[in-house]
Amino acid sequence: MRLKTKDGGWNPYFAGALVGILAIVSVCATTELMGKTNYLGASTTFVRAAGFVEQVFASEHVAQNTYFAATKIKVDWQFMLIIGIFLGSLISSLTDKSFLVEKVPPIWKERFGSSMAKRGAGAFLGGIVAMIGARLADGCPSGHGLSGMMQLSASSFVALVLFFAAGALTAVLVYKRRAS
Amino acid sequence: MSIDQILGLVTGVVFGFLMQKGRVIRFEKQVGALLIKDMTIFKFMLSSILVGMVGIFILSDMGIITFSHKPMNVGAVVIGAILFGIGWAVMGFCPALPSQLWAKAVCTLCLALRECSSVRRYLPRFILSFNQPSWRGRISAKSVCRVLWAFPTGYSCRFSGRQRSDCLWCLRKMVCKI
Repeated sequence: MRLKTKDGGWNPYFAGALVGILAIVSVCATTELMGKTNYLGASTTFVRAAGFVEQVFASEHVAQNTYFAATKIKVDWQFMLIIGIFLGSLISSLTDKSFLVEKVPPIWKERFGSSMAKRGAGAFLGGIVAMIGARLADGCPSGHGLSGMMQLSASSFVALVLFFAAGALTAVLVYKRRAS
Repeated sequence: MSIDQILGLVTGVVFGFLMQKGRVIRFEKQVGALLIKDMTIFKFMLSSILVGMVGIFILSDMGIITFSHKPMNVGAVVIGAILFGIGWAVMGFCPALPSQLWAKAVCTLCLALRECSSVRRYLPRFILSFNQPSWRGRISAKSVCRVLWAFPTGYSCRFSGRQRSDCLWCLRKMVCKI
């Protein structure tokens, strides 16, 4: 088994195993230090971040919103986790020279051409749909896919299968056609 | 910062580092997985779930941690997961892997600073004398649009002038310029 991939990254099995160990250590550490078991997850933070922005423009709406009453708008453990993910991957990509800013990814370009506007609109609309979905399903591929599966949650099995099924179907429909 | 936040930050840095090392963050890998062309993400997730599962079940049996199962609300999970899958395929990134977008945001900021270099030059004067209109017109509609578009779409660093840019070089250049 090779430890390095062609693009200079680590073997995905190896990196994945380290993430598994990280999840165990993190679950232990949060239980010990915060008194509550926290599992790796991401999507709630995006709603919180939106809440911060919304508070500036429509504080009354936020105060009355039942979702925000249950999900307090604050910079918590998971919020810092997301900031950390950014910093960590930035450090990683800068140190192994894999940092690359991509205007339009090749797969997208083949199908839709090199227009940045199209890619921007696609990412924006896709982001909206994905975020609504992540809130409805109460998790994303890290909350359901990693943390949920580690606990063998029934909902995570359903969610993960459907994430990939719907994603694969959409990807085939969106990217497999020839570029006109 | 409270202990919660420090803990979150440290965990996140390690998590992000490993995800980039495993090369699971890029659009090609994400969409490649959905097109079943690239197995990197499957390998990565499989091995992390297996390793994590063993540890978490041992800890749970020892009574050290508690599970936090997400509610099995069939309708919400099914509809939500399908919506997520659709959005995921179009967007090409997923919430836990926002670093690419964030990295783009940083580069966009570089662009914004450059586009607004004239603003920087004129800002002190602008603050001193509000009636001096010479700064106007320096921010054109075009430059604003370019900044706005660059955020979601990404931006090949104009400092280095090449698609593949070394960000350290870019930052150094930016600092020197400022």
